[in-house]
Amino acid sequence: MCRIRAFEDAAEAASRGGVAAFGQLAGGDAMVRGPLHLSTGQEATPTGVCAHLHPADCLTSTHRGHGHTLAKGASLERMMHELFGRASGFCGGRGGSMHIADFSVGMLGANGVVAAGIAIAVGAAQSIRLQRKDAIAATFFGDGAINRGPFAESLNWAATFGLPLLFVCEDNHWSATTPTAAVSAGEGAAARARAYGIEAFEVDGNDVEAVHEVAGRLVAAIRSGDGPKLLQSRTYRVKGHVSVDPAAYRDPAELDAALLRDPLAITAGRLLLRGLSTDDIERFARAARAEVAEAVESARAAAWPEASAAFESIQDTGAGQWH
Amino acid sequence: MALMSYAAAAAAALGEAMQADPRVVALGEDLGRGGIFGQYCGLRERFGPDRVIDTPISEATIMGAAVGMALTGLRPVVELRVIDFALCAMDEIVNQAAKNRYMFGGQGRVPCVIRMPSGIWSASAAQHSQSLEAWFAAVPGLVVVAPSSAQDNASLLRAAIECGDPVAYFEHKELWAAQGEVELDARVELGRARTLRTGRDLTIVSWSKAALWSLEAAALLTGDGIDAEVIDLRTLWPWDRAAVFESASRTGRVLVAHEAIQVAGFGAEIAATLAEHTRARVARIGAPRIPVGYAPVLEQQARLDALRIAQKARSLVGAEA
Repeated sequence: MCRIRAFEDAAEAASRGGVAAFGQLAGGDAMVRGPLHLSTGQEATPTGVCAHLHPADCLTSTHRGHGHTLAKGASLERMMHELFGRASGFCGGRGGSMHIADFSVGMLGANGVVAAGIAIAVGAAQSIRLQRKDAIAATFFGDGAINRGPFAESLNWAATFGLPLLFVCEDNHWSATTPTAAVSAGEGAAARARAYGIEAFEVDGNDVEAVHEVAGRLVAAIRSGDGPKLLQSRTYRVKGHVSVDPAAYRDPAELDAALLRDPLAITAGRLLLRGLSTDDIERFARAARAEVAEAVESARAAAWPEASAAFESIQDTGAGQWH
Repeated sequence: MALMSYAAAAAAALGEAMQADPRVVALGEDLGRGGIFGQYCGLRERFGPDRVIDTPISEATIMGAAVGMALTGLRPVVELRVIDFALCAMDEIVNQAAKNRYMFGGQGRVPCVIRMPSGIWSASAAQHSQSLEAWFAAVPGLVVVAPSSAQDNASLLRAAIECGDPVAYFEHKELWAAQGEVELDARVELGRARTLRTGRDLTIVSWSKAALWSLEAAALLTGDGIDAEVIDLRTLWPWDRAAVFESASRTGRVLVAHEAIQVAGFGAEIAATLAEHTRARVARIGAPRIPVGYAPVLEQQARLDALRIAQKARSLVGAEA
């Protein structure tokens, strides 16, 4: 959780002036450019869930996917390099923040399209079963995604085929700049999953131990062949939709209330009660910030991709015929 | 060598591919009963429901799941029933399947064949009759194939399954019953055109069912003393420029004929390329920019045929005579 928080804070700092949005013009100096969707305040969900996943397990993620990627075991440094657009990033600078992936640890990709990763995870789960691999698939998506068709289609599909798939809805209450409740009927992701006969649980998504406990049960059940499950993790999007969005459209009291339930603070409080000192806890945060600072420095120094890379890894058939 | 329909040739080729490679699976609606055009006949019985997968009517997830399968070691053949329904899966085709490899820096590959039966299907009206291949030719990452014969449907389907790239594969809705001699082991390389008829006076470049009309048009043109060469492009991306340029250098005139709407059709791309790189006179013919109507007289207005192609060819040849 500390590493995710430190990563998001550093990425945010490096993105200032990096995108023309919300009435701002893009400057030339920002190292992290374009839309940057921060998961600050949502660290407990990927941490609690991914603790139960192995490298062989497949994961699909969202546009707000840095936390998922780190929690799945990907290199923090290579992810920072990708945000900086460098050749040494996970995607050689082709993807950026919205298209982070580390296939070597089963992280099959963030996605710039809401809900698109869900169906891909369905296919991965079916593939796992067909090839009799000892693995499961998991997919993170937001509460906004439950209003897209692929969510409904995928619930039905996963239930029909009894696939080894964990659906994780990170319910941060916001669909971009619109409150999800204002545009959503019914009781949310878990209720919709139950309508398809999928066992679904809701959890305090800012309580990493609670997430860890419920996710552990669900993952174990899925591994035992019990079919798909859904976890609705209630959290809150502390930042705007993208890093330059001041979220002026929301009631400041809502944010204040959410900050009182900061997942890192909740965990720190528990650790204090269990006998750790403030120093012990601060040491985790300090180590994370140091690791991130090193990643930023190495990203800053890393080489840009060659222009020729724009023409590589597109397709084999017809490669070279670009006009 | 055996006489087979275009549908049976595809089923036989897919069967061979599935037999040869356990990674090949097929998924889509109604496949268990052989597919609505019979192009999967016998495969469920042969390979079982895990590899010939009956899906819900969920085009977006059919295609999205295929991407997930391809990324994790399978080679899915995706049935989207008709091109018109593939529009429900455009994000999955264009944003996910086509771009995955590039976007993630080459970490993953999405080898899959996306079958989208295309063209006018008589009396099926506007939402079952489209030819949208030019849209897909504009998407980097995709290979675009449109076979016109039973042999090519066998050979090109096999090549598409084996090629490792996502392939937009357009069979024609009115060719399923077309018979032809098929040699299942005959291989065809993607990106290679086939000359259906040689000629001296002009080249007609076409594909899919329009290639057959072009051949008929060439027969009509002999009555005018015009000797037309007919090239079936077979693969639209990458298209066989060498074959077309070579033919153009001999005939000096090229007509591109396709069933799709002429405006912004792939014929425009070929004609413009020829204009830039050769001395050939170029023309193109396609459907008017109207939806396909139901009543025969309405449908007919959207149809290209041999007469219209021949007429256009005459004017191209006559224009400079």
